[in-house]
Amino acid sequence: MRKPEFVYVTYIETTPEALWRALTDPAFTKKYWMNCELVSDWKVGSPMTMKRDGEVKNECEILESDPPRRMAYSWRSIHDPDMKKEKPSRVTYLLEQQGNVVKLTVTHENFADDSKTLPSIAFGWPMVLSNLKSIIETGRPMPVEAAVVVSTETAHQRGSAA
Amino acid sequence: MDEVFKALADASRRALLDRLHARSGQTLSELCDGLDMSRQAVTKHLAILEAADLVATIRHGREKLHYLNPVPIHQIGERWIRKFERDRLVALNDLKRRLEKRDA
Repeated sequence: MRKPEFVYVTYIETTPEALWRALTDPAFTKKYWMNCELVSDWKVGSPMTMKRDGEVKNECEILESDPPRRMAYSWRSIHDPDMKKEKPSRVTYLLEQQGNVVKLTVTHENFADDSKTLPSIAFGWPMVLSNLKSIIETGRPMPVEAAVVVSTETAHQRGSAA
Repeated sequence: MDEVFKALADASRRALLDRLHARSGQTLSELCDGLDMSRQAVTKHLAILEAADLVATIRHGREKLHYLNPVPIHQIGERWIRKFERDRLVALNDLKRRLEKRDA
């Protein structure tokens, strides 16, 4: 069993139910997820697409769904021809109530060898999660600029895998 | 956020974060390897880093693995840096749009 490539944690002042909604409502994900709508019925075996401006960027499939505690989905980036050819990686959310906060652990693993997707992921998650925390706790997302969004999609071309 | 700054205000802890940045998902033993610090001291520093959410840990089989968690560092950047950077990006975007419109 290979160890996960990425583990991210953020503590958010909310309830597991509200956080689950924030993670699964496309109108809400658009506000903090680099303008992406995550669309699915969130049932095991169902597809999930990440769309920006109507264009599908990532194709996913729900692998585990235990609201409001745990979710897993496969991830395939299709906005780049090299990434599209890679085997899908795997994302897991774990939501744990700790007093008045919820600990959200995001694990992203099982990347292809020499994955092109990996560097763009490394760039994107911290931004998405810190935006998510910000919007839930303050009602305001951090502003996301078009330039930043583009730079996540092209991070692999700069060779910033480290 | 106080905890993040307190945790970062120590060269040994920054050295541990550097090691995790170089290679993520290390066990305590791997982190201690080649370091001029006792296992006890490393354990103590890791606890402080974890309390500040700068280090995330997971159970992987029988091992406990440590990861650098960049989310709080990103928040610091957003809070004090992006505010200034944003105006420049917006200005550049406007310029690009105007120039492209003129050429069209």
